[in-house]
Amino acid sequence: MLKDKQIIALGERDGISGPAIAACAQAAGAAVAFIATECFV
Amino acid sequence: MDLQSQDAIKRLADQHGKDKLIVLLGAPDPESAEISAETVVLGDPSYAGPLAGAQLGLAVHHVLDPEIRAEVPLDVWEEQIGVMADVLNAEALTAAVAAIRARGAGGN
Repeated sequence: MLKDKQIIALGERDGISGPAIAACAQAAGAAVAFIATECFV
Repeated sequence: MDLQSQDAIKRLADQHGKDKLIVLLGAPDPESAEISAETVVLGDPSYAGPLAGAQLGLAVHHVLDPEIRAEVPLDVWEEQIGVMADVLNAEALTAAVAAIRARGAGGN
C-alpha cells in the first residue's frame, strides 16, 4: 500500500509524532511529501 | 487541523493527484483521528481552513492500522513507534479512520 506513494505524515504531540510516522513510511518504501506534528488543545 | 497543514495538503493534492497520496495519522484518540481524517476526505469540518468545502477524498489511515504496521520493518517500528503501539487503542483508532473512509467512498 505504501510503496512508491507520497506520504503526508500528520502526527500529534500526545500520540505519534510526524517524524516517527515518516520514518516508518520511508522504511516501507514510500516517499514523504509532508511532515507535521500537531497539538490539539 | 492547522491551517498551514491544510494549505500544504491542498497543494500536494493538486500537485500529485489523490491517487499518489496517502495520509498517515498519529492521533492519540479516536475523536482527533476522526477530525483529521474528515478534513482530508470530506473537507474541514470547522470551515475555517483552506480545505473547507474541499472533498479531496484522500486515502487516509492511522499509522497503527494493522495494514500499515505490516509494511513497516519490525526494527524501524520498534524504534519509532515502540511502546505507543501498546499505550494507544489501535483498534479504535483504525475503526474511527475507516469509518471516515467509508463516508468518503459513499459520497456522504
